[in-house]
Amino acid sequence: MHKLLQDLPGEKIMLLGNEAIARGAVEAGVAFATTYPGTPSSEISLNLFQMSQESDLYFEYSTNEKVALEVAAAAANSGLRTFCMMKHVGLNVAADPLMTLAYVGVTAGMVILTADDPAMFSSQNEQDNRYYAKFGNLPMMEPSSVAEAKDMIKDAFELSESLKQPVLLRTTTRINHSNAFVTFGEIKPRNTKGRFEKDPHRCVTVPAVSRGLHVKVLEKMKNAARLSDTSSYNFVQGQGPLGVITNGVSFYYAADAVKDLGLTDRAKILRLGFSNPLPRKMIADFLKGCEKVLVVEEGEPFMEEAVKAIAQEQGITISIKGKSDDLFSRLFEYDPAMVREKMAAFFNVPYTPKPSVDTSDIPEIPMRPPNLCSGCSHRATFYEVKQAAKDMDVICPNDIGCYTLGFLPPLSMGDFVICMGSSVSSSCGFSKATDQKVVSFIGDSTFFHSGITGLVNAVFNNHNFTLVILENDITAMTGHQPHPGVDMDRFGLSGYGRVNIEKLVRAVGVEHVSIIKPFKVQKSIDVIKEALAFKGVSVIISQEPCALYAKSLKLKKIRPFMVSDKCVDHRDCITTIACPSFYLDKDNRVAIDANTCVGCAVCAQICPENAIRPLKQ
Amino acid sequence: METTRLIIVAVGGQGNLLASKVLGEAALLAGVPVRMSEIHGMAQRGGVVESAMVFGDAESSIISDGEADILLGFEPAETLRAIKRCNKTTQVITNTAPVPPFTVAVGLGTYPDVEEIKQLIQAKTAGLVAIDAMSLAREAGSPMSVNIVLLGALVQTGALGFDRDVVEEAIRRRVKPAFLDVNLKAFDLGFKAAAGV
Repeated sequence: MHKLLQDLPGEKIMLLGNEAIARGAVEAGVAFATTYPGTPSSEISLNLFQMSQESDLYFEYSTNEKVALEVAAAAANSGLRTFCMMKHVGLNVAADPLMTLAYVGVTAGMVILTADDPAMFSSQNEQDNRYYAKFGNLPMMEPSSVAEAKDMIKDAFELSESLKQPVLLRTTTRINHSNAFVTFGEIKPRNTKGRFEKDPHRCVTVPAVSRGLHVKVLEKMKNAARLSDTSSYNFVQGQGPLGVITNGVSFYYAADAVKDLGLTDRAKILRLGFSNPLPRKMIADFLKGCEKVLVVEEGEPFMEEAVKAIAQEQGITISIKGKSDDLFSRLFEYDPAMVREKMAAFFNVPYTPKPSVDTSDIPEIPMRPPNLCSGCSHRATFYEVKQAAKDMDVICPNDIGCYTLGFLPPLSMGDFVICMGSSVSSSCGFSKATDQKVVSFIGDSTFFHSGITGLVNAVFNNHNFTLVILENDITAMTGHQPHPGVDMDRFGLSGYGRVNIEKLVRAVGVEHVSIIKPFKVQKSIDVIKEALAFKGVSVIISQEPCALYAKSLKLKKIRPFMVSDKCVDHRDCITTIACPSFYLDKDNRVAIDANTCVGCAVCAQICPENAIRPLKQ
Repeated sequence: METTRLIIVAVGGQGNLLASKVLGEAALLAGVPVRMSEIHGMAQRGGVVESAMVFGDAESSIISDGEADILLGFEPAETLRAIKRCNKTTQVITNTAPVPPFTVAVGLGTYPDVEEIKQLIQAKTAGLVAIDAMSLAREAGSPMSVNIVLLGALVQTGALGFDRDVVEEAIRRRVKPAFLDVNLKAFDLGFKAAAGV
């Protein structure tokens, strides 16, 4: 049985934040869950997916976050407790249905999780999704720890049901990817059989209906504000004239700082876990007892600005500070020492930081940037396109996935990346705006996510570029989740359909479609050259399973290669394709690590000396 | 309860996350509060994986520069890179077997001399235990057990305050049965090697 399905209330277990969140949803009786994978949220869905195979929980990987939210909206309006999860930028994709779903509301509890990523450990921006709650009139809850996240999601479902509103649950990477002991609670029975009761004056958002719904959503938020003012998730810890207002993981940095600075009798902390709408009365009461107030929050000054506005309404003129030149930054994540230092400065208490070691005499340590894996087919495809387009002035828009790393030297393929699906649509723009040749790249999962709409646009508007769809049979970047092109039989799972990308692309109206097997180097280059010569939209589908995925499913026999004596050391292999299985041995000659080589043989095909050969075992 | 802060640094695939889960399990068995945070994300593609573990009475789960009580490095250059997390009272345990980054192979960097790495760490911290965990892991029966060799060395130093039988029990709970014997041997080899240093 899946460890998170165990009916063992009181059992203490160490869980990753994302596992704790999945468990919390199960304890809450969640019956329906949807997502598009995105780090730092990926393991929540991984666990729900596994649990759905062993129970009557419904789970799906949807094609993108907008679809996931729309699917979920229907379930939550059919009386099922519904969970929809995504990373912070995913909520941008889902923003369209989100804003209107807030008007329509739900008939059963619905929690939408946004996993924000301060410091951008695996993201393209650092947006603070608390503004979505405010923007969309949605109640928001924010846990400070792994254990609290598990319990909070249960209360978020209750809150959603009482208000008939979806509730946003905001985590940050340091919740999602922390481990802690969690105590199992009871699992509430799941209601998996829903029924949709027609209610067009709530559910059909024509203008006449929506005008009324906007009034209603503001009323709901008034109720939410009353609940926020009395919520146990908003509480004061400690006492004294020095005030700290904080949220999320910053709460614990602040609590440790108060203790470490010897301020336990002089400082009190207001922790806000029900953070939209803010508990205005509670904040006003807190401010009245303070001489000065420090706001400790990562990201944007979301609470700070509101707290200052509340102080103005109350005629309170104490110093309230958070983000300013001499205190906290709007950049990146906080850490305990930073919070201690800023708090000491603001409250005028002495503090000497523990001196780090002197690093001035440390030699330069070579960087260890992420790299396409050994035997990754994307490397071969990038190399082949580069060869085929050798003498061309070419722009290469790229997309979000492992292959984004193609921008790194020596491949250096990837000139423009903004969001999922953008490679295709930006190619439309580049091809019209310039005379340069445009060759863009997108993964299979990302193509289904939002690349296909750009391709339809390109066909209709008669744009001129070549799109390479990197079909590696899985969503690789986030840890091997399925997408609509995946053969689910490989996982031993039945009951799924499968969408064929080639047929789909032809059906959209692309006239020049070709397939390459990227480990056949010269043949692929020839096919790519033909596609590049075509005037109009051409699509190349590069088919080869993700190397890690193929290895884990034993789809291929691994046959490592080696560098023979014929090598004359001109190092084309290292300098042009740079597979991480290459290394320089003690004689400073190129060698191949047989433990990591998967035997794709791309290097063997580009070596002018034919010096790379299969290793005889 | 005293607070002990431990940073573990490794290259993706070296088993950092399993090692920290074993220590977490040991803390549960020993009744010690623990908070853990990890950074991976893109590490599957050759990057660095870092875990932070805070044992005892503190609420936060990450460790700031200068504040690690123990640094456990699975790769010597990564141990040196993490030296800013240390102060002069930090106990350092490191593997001496390099995993050169690919940047070195393409000539974009030079791998530092391992002896120099050891001397620098020795001079700046309270103590260094440096062992060739890769050789010991092979001796135990699998190069994949580098992580558990290093746990053995960590426990031997006493810096963490856990008895070896508690950690061995945690290994039994967290490691798949098929790999248990190899890992218990790896733990023992690491423990003994650290005692001999």
